[in-house]
Amino acid sequence: MIDREHARPPALPSAPLPESADVVIIGGGIMGLATAWNLARLHEGKTPLRIVVIEKGYLCGGASGRNGGGVRAQWASETNIRLMKRSIALCADFATRMRINVWFRRGGYLFLARTDERAKQLAASAELQREHGLPTRVIEPGEVKEIVPELDVSRVVCASWNPDDGVVFPWPFVWGYARAAVSLGVSLHTHTAVEDLVTEGSRVVGVVTSRGVVRAPRVLVCAGAWSPTITEKVGVTLPSKPHRHEICSTEPLKPFLRPLVGDLQNGLYFSQSMRGEIVGGISNERVPEGLDQRSSARFLGLYAKALSEAMPILGHVKILRQWAGCYDLTPDGNPLCGEVDEAPGLFLMSGFMGHGFMIAPIMGELFAKHLLFGEERELFDRWNLRRYREGKLLSESMILG
Amino acid sequence: MSKIIVCRCEDVTLHEIDEAIEAGHKDLESVKRFTGFGTGFCQGKQCVALCARLLAERGGEVATMPITPRPPFHPVAIHALAQLVRDDDEDAT
Ligand SMILES: Cc1cc2nc3c(=O)[nH]c(=O)nc-3n(C[C@H](O)[C@H](O)[C@H](O)COP(=O)(O)OP(=O)(O)OC[C@H]3O[C@@H](n4cnc5c(N)ncnc54)[C@H](O)[C@@H]3O)c2cc1C
Repeated sequence: MIDREHARPPALPSAPLPESADVVIIGGGIMGLATAWNLARLHEGKTPLRIVVIEKGYLCGGASGRNGGGVRAQWASETNIRLMKRSIALCADFATRMRINVWFRRGGYLFLARTDERAKQLAASAELQREHGLPTRVIEPGEVKEIVPELDVSRVVCASWNPDDGVVFPWPFVWGYARAAVSLGVSLHTHTAVEDLVTEGSRVVGVVTSRGVVRAPRVLVCAGAWSPTITEKVGVTLPSKPHRHEICSTEPLKPFLRPLVGDLQNGLYFSQSMRGEIVGGISNERVPEGLDQRSSARFLGLYAKALSEAMPILGHVKILRQWAGCYDLTPDGNPLCGEVDEAPGLFLMSGFMGHGFMIAPIMGELFAKHLLFGEERELFDRWNLRRYREGKLLSESMILG
Repeated sequence: MSKIIVCRCEDVTLHEIDEAIEAGHKDLESVKRFTGFGTGFCQGKQCVALCARLLAERGGEVATMPITPRPPFHPVAIHALAQLVRDDDEDAT
């Protein structure tokens, strides 16, 4: 699996921390690394940008190493459909471009509706998706059975089906971005925590880390569910909140399940990874508040019950491991991006709910273009934190888990 | 040279551990993710001590060992786990 020449994702800080940089990125998850790589790549040929990424733990320690790897363009809002479509295209090219196997498998996403109301929503979303060139169709239970014969469709009204959606294995994605960024000169420091922000008046001009201060005119907060703990250092309260999301995987089975199956009713979702395991989770509103990454028996019960009802044949299959990570939930289901009005020099790239992995390839690119060339003003205005002050909230109804 | 297996569930070899360390992974959580050791049927019960020792011998960071154990302690069938849900749990639909 490892290509020797390219197997260099640095896990420990090798060099001393620079005293200054052009851009400091807080968080070495997929958002931070995708942004770092795109900044370096798009700036190539000019005076090199000094980019420093600071990660408090090991690579893959945050949500980026804990997620289900689902990538889909089936969304309810025009923006998400458009962006995810581009993101999936980037995922499809990732292995060739970055020379790392990300186990990308296009098995489709099958969203089940169990009420007429949900069926209507799926139909409206599917139509919007088709307008954007996706092949999404709403199908009858009979056709659902053809795609996944093992599903119990007795309570299914209809389903939304896009055969082009898929799943990836998250870890090599993170390493792929990391080593590509490092090979372009990005200075990546794992096991280094940002403890405070350096300010001049209201302006943010650097970070204080566990290994010293780095000054920079631009500080990007790509800290996922930890982002509010960073902005609070300068008195900026984010509307987003960490929400523990649990997930588990079974013993490996011979490949039999083509799509990722999702039920928007109870938030159950499951897919078969390229390693053969059934990986999945379920919505769970009642979890401890805050940044909590512990596993619970209650989750296993909820998931196992829903899964064995949806696909009874899985009842005999054993769960091998469960773990948890944090979603970064915003009240309107849309992210927080761009410069913070109250703290110039501080930029957000957070609040990506439970879909920050699949959107990172495109958002990393757009964020870099926004910072370097001022592109994508409209998107970064719409997704700016200030919408909460101005009361201009957005929407997205196809949130899973 | 013959292969030396260090994780029997996932067929991880000594060579792969060496390669991970050479690639810069110097803490056990990272080595686990890079090689996949400890993610199979036994969930590391058989290999984690060995891998930790190998890492320590090669100058790795041993302060934070061992890795976070992942429940359930032993593989359990889904229909058995489904019994964990209490009748009054509102989220069980
Ligand atoms: C169980 C689960 C399943 C999911 N399934 C999917 C899915 O199928 N598809 C999908 O697209 N998304 C999914 N998601 C969501 C997705 O994983 C996240 O949205 C995405 O990984 C966010 O990336 P990030 O880089 O913003 O955050 P993270 O990966 O969390 O990275 C933030 C990083 O910042 C670091 N950090 C925090 N504080 C500091 C500090 N003070 N100093 C330095 N570093 C710091 C953290 O250590 C962390 O590594 C899932 C999430 C979970 C938890």
